[in-house]
Amino acid sequence: MLSVEQVSRTFNKKQVGFSDVSFTVKEGEIIGILGTSGCGKSTLLRVLAGLDKDYTGKFTWEKEQVGMMFQEPRLMPWLTVEQNVGFGMKGDSNSTIQELLKLVGLAGFEKLYPKDLSGGMAQRTALARALVTEPKVILLDEPFSAVDAFTKMQLQKLLLSIWKQQNTTMLLVTHDIDEALFLCDKIFILRGQPGELYETIIISEPKPRDRGDFKLTTRKAEILSLLDLKQTV
Amino acid sequence: MEHREHAVLSKANKTKELRFTKPKINRKVLLGSILPLTLLIIWEASGRMGIIESHLLPIPSVIVEGLYQMALEGTLWGHIGTTLMRVFAGFLIGTFTAVIIGSLVGYMKIFEELIDPIIQAFRSIPSLAWVPLFILWMGIGESSKVILIAVGVFFPVYLNMVAGIRGVDRKLIEVGKIYGYTSFEIVSKIILPASLPSLLTGIRSGLGLGWMFVVAAEIMGASKGLGYLLIVGQNTYSPDVIIGSIILFAILGKFTDWLLKFIEERSLRWQDSYANQR
Repeated sequence: MLSVEQVSRTFNKKQVGFSDVSFTVKEGEIIGILGTSGCGKSTLLRVLAGLDKDYTGKFTWEKEQVGMMFQEPRLMPWLTVEQNVGFGMKGDSNSTIQELLKLVGLAGFEKLYPKDLSGGMAQRTALARALVTEPKVILLDEPFSAVDAFTKMQLQKLLLSIWKQQNTTMLLVTHDIDEALFLCDKIFILRGQPGELYETIIISEPKPRDRGDFKLTTRKAEILSLLDLKQTV
Repeated sequence: MEHREHAVLSKANKTKELRFTKPKINRKVLLGSILPLTLLIIWEASGRMGIIESHLLPIPSVIVEGLYQMALEGTLWGHIGTTLMRVFAGFLIGTFTAVIIGSLVGYMKIFEELIDPIIQAFRSIPSLAWVPLFILWMGIGESSKVILIAVGVFFPVYLNMVAGIRGVDRKLIEVGKIYGYTSFEIVSKIILPASLPSLLTGIRSGLGLGWMFVVAAEIMGASKGLGYLLIVGQNTYSPDVIIGSIILFAILGKFTDWLLKFIEERSLRWQDSYANQR
């Protein structure tokens, strides 16, 4: 699906960014990229999305269709919810849009402008927009970091149900360990400045998982020690 | 029973709405017109009592009477129409070129480096200084006037267009890139709508300058138009004609600005601004 070979992208005299990252992703996998701030995890996603061209190394997508969701909703303020969802589409296909709006729980809000949406609703609109082109891969850059805890859990469940329906491959950048444990099959730990791929953690528990699962809790301790928070605090 | 209750309720709601909106407009009109009405009455009264000399400042009723006579004779409409046409043509030409050049300069670095310096240089020339040259080149016909107005309209529209494009959120443009949009699609689907608020501000101040320049153009040499009426009034010692055309300028300027403001409000309803909240 995706193979990344020794990709580096650094700024400020190699102080920030990431270097020498290699990994492969199989179809239908949900990959988490965890790391403390400044380790280049968002930059990695931007490089993979084609938004940042100044990288070295090589990566190849097997299929081109990539959807992306950002930390902020990034909706076009002059478009209504349904127009925003249809933003990436060529041609008209209202039925797909309506279906997606129903899926993300926004049926009945089609005609609102982004200024009238709550943070969670805006992020759900953004999710629907990322899904509308039926991408094989979705890149998610801390997508739920700006919404409240309840909305966050709802949206995570929604993401899983979409994954179940369409077997979408997902790359999720996050700093929320619980989120990664709940969603991901594999977790890449980035560490250092510039960030390097330090460890890969495989979580084989079937999804959906119980958030309070004891096994997950022990994995959390493991990840915490890997992230080596003492150094950065 | 339930049905009726509902009907009563909605009626109550309606009257409540009316009570809230109607007095607001009345109040606004009332408060706003106190000062001008008082001034008009004082003006009229002191003119009639001979405190103000009428050959210098004729009273309002005489001015209105004069305009009314011209309207009856039919000459007034010709003057108004000519002036409106000139402003309209110059406004369209100026806005159109400003939007195109402004888009190029705002979007592409190379055009900014190529074109922006010379435009900035031309901007520092007071636009009225062009008048003799334009008359020399194009005579005192319509084209020199329209071009002068277009030059006046061009600069505010251009400046606001460029500033608007530069201010577009990079994050929104990235969304377009994710979907593989071409440069043209990014401009038409993201950059232009996002810079619309700034562009509309530019267009409104451009129109204001357009009215200023039509006066200049018509004073320089015209045989028709409201600016020409100003000169006629000056040459025939009739201040009522001058004040009459000043008033007409005010009315037309206000009306066209109101039209643009209306369009602005219509097309910017999506904005999360203070004005939309009030």
